[in-house]
Amino acid sequence: MSKLIISPSPHVHGEFSTRRLMRDVIIALFPALLAAFYFFGLDAVKVVCISIISCVVFEYLIQRFLLETAPSVNDLSAVVTGLILSFNLPSNLPWWLVVIGSLIAIGVGKMVFGGLGSNPFNPALVGRVFLLIARPVEMTTWPLPSMLVTPDAVTGATPLAIIKEGLKNGLTIDEIKATSDYTFGYLDTLFGQIGGSLGEVSAIALLLGFAYLLVRKVITWHIPITIFLSVVLFSGTLHLINPDKFIDPVFHLLTGGMILGAVYMATDYVTSPMTHKGMIVYGAGIGLLTILIRIFGSYPEGMSFAILFMNAIVPLINKYMKPKLFGEIK
Amino acid sequence: MDSTILTTVIMLGVLAATLAAVLYIVAQKFKVVEDERIDGTESILPGANCGGCGYTGCRAFAEALVKADDIAAMFCPVGGNATMTNVAEYLGKKVETKESMIAVVRCAGSCENRPRVNEFDGATSCAVMAATYSGDTDCSYGCLGKGDCVSVCNFDAIYINSETMLPEVDEDKCTSCGACVKACPKLIIELRKKGPKSRRIYVSCVNKDKGAVARKACKTACIGCAACRKACAFESILIENFLAYIDPDKCRLCRKCVEVCPTESIIELNFPPRKPKVEVQEKQTVNSENATN
Amino acid sequence: MIKTFKRGGVHPPENKISRNAALEQLVPEGVVKIFTSQHIGAPAECIVAKGDKVKTGQLIAKANGFVSANVHSSVSGTVLGIENVADYQGIKKPAICIQVEGDEWEGSIDRSAEINRDLSKTSEDILAKITEAGLVGLGGATFPTHVKLAVPKGKTAKAIIINGAECEPYLTSDHRVMLEKGEELLIGVQLLKKAVNADKAYIGIETNKQDAIDNLTRLAVNYGGIEIVSLKPKYPQGGEKQLIKSITGLEVPDRALPIETGCIVSNICTTFAVYEAVQKNKPLFENSITITGKNLKVQKNFIVRVGTPLSKLIDAAGGMPENTGKIISGGPMMGRAISNLDAPTLKGSGSVLFITEEEAKRGTKSNCIRCSKCVAACPMGLQPFLLYRLAELNMLEELKEKAVHACIECGCCLYTCPANLPLVDYIRLGKTRAMKLIVKPK
Repeated sequence: MSKLIISPSPHVHGEFSTRRLMRDVIIALFPALLAAFYFFGLDAVKVVCISIISCVVFEYLIQRFLLETAPSVNDLSAVVTGLILSFNLPSNLPWWLVVIGSLIAIGVGKMVFGGLGSNPFNPALVGRVFLLIARPVEMTTWPLPSMLVTPDAVTGATPLAIIKEGLKNGLTIDEIKATSDYTFGYLDTLFGQIGGSLGEVSAIALLLGFAYLLVRKVITWHIPITIFLSVVLFSGTLHLINPDKFIDPVFHLLTGGMILGAVYMATDYVTSPMTHKGMIVYGAGIGLLTILIRIFGSYPEGMSFAILFMNAIVPLINKYMKPKLFGEIK
Repeated sequence: MDSTILTTVIMLGVLAATLAAVLYIVAQKFKVVEDERIDGTESILPGANCGGCGYTGCRAFAEALVKADDIAAMFCPVGGNATMTNVAEYLGKKVETKESMIAVVRCAGSCENRPRVNEFDGATSCAVMAATYSGDTDCSYGCLGKGDCVSVCNFDAIYINSETMLPEVDEDKCTSCGACVKACPKLIIELRKKGPKSRRIYVSCVNKDKGAVARKACKTACIGCAACRKACAFESILIENFLAYIDPDKCRLCRKCVEVCPTESIIELNFPPRKPKVEVQEKQTVNSENATN
Repeated sequence: MIKTFKRGGVHPPENKISRNAALEQLVPEGVVKIFTSQHIGAPAECIVAKGDKVKTGQLIAKANGFVSANVHSSVSGTVLGIENVADYQGIKKPAICIQVEGDEWEGSIDRSAEINRDLSKTSEDILAKITEAGLVGLGGATFPTHVKLAVPKGKTAKAIIINGAECEPYLTSDHRVMLEKGEELLIGVQLLKKAVNADKAYIGIETNKQDAIDNLTRLAVNYGGIEIVSLKPKYPQGGEKQLIKSITGLEVPDRALPIETGCIVSNICTTFAVYEAVQKNKPLFENSITITGKNLKVQKNFIVRVGTPLSKLIDAAGGMPENTGKIISGGPMMGRAISNLDAPTLKGSGSVLFITEEEAKRGTKSNCIRCSKCVAACPMGLQPFLLYRLAELNMLEELKEKAVHACIECGCCLYTCPANLPLVDYIRLGKTRAMKLIVKPK
């Protein structure tokens, strides 16, 4: 007789595994990836590949030789980090900056804290923000989407930057819209006719992935929806007060990596709160901060900073936003 | 130019003075008056914070030592007699010298001696396993081998032998703090006298089943046959529930019980290899003298 | 309207493959070993001695104190003595060993198949019969039934809730009873109502047992005050607190007993045993045990005498398949894996479940990714990831503060954990430690 296995209950396990969850995130990012390839051509392929490969390689090397633990690249979390990092970069970024960004993301963002599960900040965002602060020129020179490969890609600013620049020069929103080359149509932003990072160009592709994540129960609706709601609420209020100075909320929603951030980066398991109540507070905070940075700060886009800032507050949220105990009497 | 430097110096000087004054006032106001002997005692203690003394750490132990009138019953197992004598000297109190102790693992049920009949697939923890199961062998008393003792040891003094899957104590590192004794859900680990030249004899089994049942589960189980008791000239062996126990206070380390044990469940440690009969006898007298000293 | 509880819970694949196997009687033979402790509480005290002749249904061990239950002989024959016998988990406990000789029942037991519909007994009579018959909760916890039915002073029982949820995968014995013994069951419900002076009874059944819902709804017309409630399949709906929440919408307050909500919960098999004990004078000495598993050729539902060795049951079901990895007593979510196949069955053993080698092993443990799926799955509103860590570090005060006492050990957290962390293993340990329930062996 072979040995019977004994263990405490339960004796069955559900369908979730870390690897499966990560795989689902990758699958969910696929439409946006294809859109990026379509709009930015080979440059995008290059940035994505370099980013993913260097993230995986750095993770393996750090675990193997520095931490001397069993490498866990199999769980695909480094692939996800690499993919999301590349989505946050302009497609014309020099390859060595991508590699440095990956090193910072994996090394400083993740491994110094003890690897997957222990990092307080979203690793991809740490990498991105590092690059943004260290090399602001390269990081904010966006090629305009150019329908597959054209030899000389035109570079330009993102819609949010155009607005910011215009407001600084004392123009009203309508004047900016009128004077700029850019059309400011919602359909363009929805389908990707805007300048920006690799992954943020096509809102519709990102939303497709969001639906997939919800169906596969990888994430819950709480974080993205509250972010959207709070963005609409705050920017909407401002817009109502003075439509000349503040652009409408839909524009805020569809630009500046809002969807990419809300669906794929703010929902990062490790750095988001544990309870639904906490997630709502966290989401509302991100929305508010993003709008504050976009309108009153010096950066035209505030998503990355807002998420990183709220990441820092997550332990506090976890402490105060506990689930309600069954039958609790207050 | 001069005035700039002068202003800077004055400004910084004033700032420094103000801050120093504030710090001084605060420090005076919130001063905690503490017996300075506590600090002194703490500096004598080893600082391992292992809790082996029964207090939460060395500081708490130092406080207790200073507070208590009679510290004879208090003991730091890590520092041992030397530390306690120093503490006593420092505090002007009396201590009793204690024999140094060491942890012994009373189970010899290696994979070979005690075949595994089940495979445990739960959390790697003896406590978790013991909460639901008697173990993964037929012996419901023996070591579970999941290493709870290893994880509580502050001194790296106990480790699981990968071949036998039993814990082994590193004699040089063990401080007899007793953490492993408390952690073991099967109560297998015992603190015993270290013995002269670290020589010890003990029954390496805690199985209270009837001989036949115990033997079936494990080749080296104590079957309670009492052969050792008959062989012992010093009445140091107690047998209860089909299990022998050697009283370390009475044992003279003559090793006769080791020879007669049919299941080799009595273990001798750090003895020189056995020589022909006659010489062994001489050796024994030497040993017993050592023991009585 | 289909009801359910709101917070937490999971829905594992149901795998109710033994639902169509009719009950079969297993004839006792050889030696049976009957534990004196088959319930929560003090072990019963043996009142027979070596060499005594006993009849089937004869009292052989008397309840020792209030929270304890009588134990009856499940066979007729000669007492061989009291021995320490290893149970399913290999833990040794005293058991009365009886050599089987024929099958002569106590004369007082009504063995006719006729349904006794007489409901004239008083509350005291019913409770006395239940106490006498040594009934225990057959849903898994084996809490003595008479203790559960004793309504504390100052409290009133408004409703009896019968747990027909059978939310654990694989298990079908409650389902079979609801189908085959519907009328007896309803009489049992009426008796329970009378015993605690409640005037309402609910039977909660998950909609994956629609035939049982239909059967009982049809029969319940003849019995007043019984409502059949359809429940949405979800684990752990059969948990006492969850069931009350699902059916009445009331939450049992933290640290309180269900009676605070005016409800007393009983299991299907227990209710049937109440019928047998009160109307047929039959003590609890046999129970139905389902033998099921994907790798078994035939699924079986046996009626087995308490104390029959498990190996006999397995032989009767065609032997153990080659690729068996794990054998579980109870359901896959809360049942216990069996380490000892020679162990005798207990009053509370309701099923034996075979799991194949491939499915038996837990996945490899990895880092907690703080996905919070355990928090969402916990039906008690706890934070399993946190309790797990605290229990691992043996931080008992913090565990208490984080309400570890509320854990019902349902296993939803481990079921859902993508990192395969042994959450409930440690939480269970931490809970017993924090509540000082572990007594070290001396």
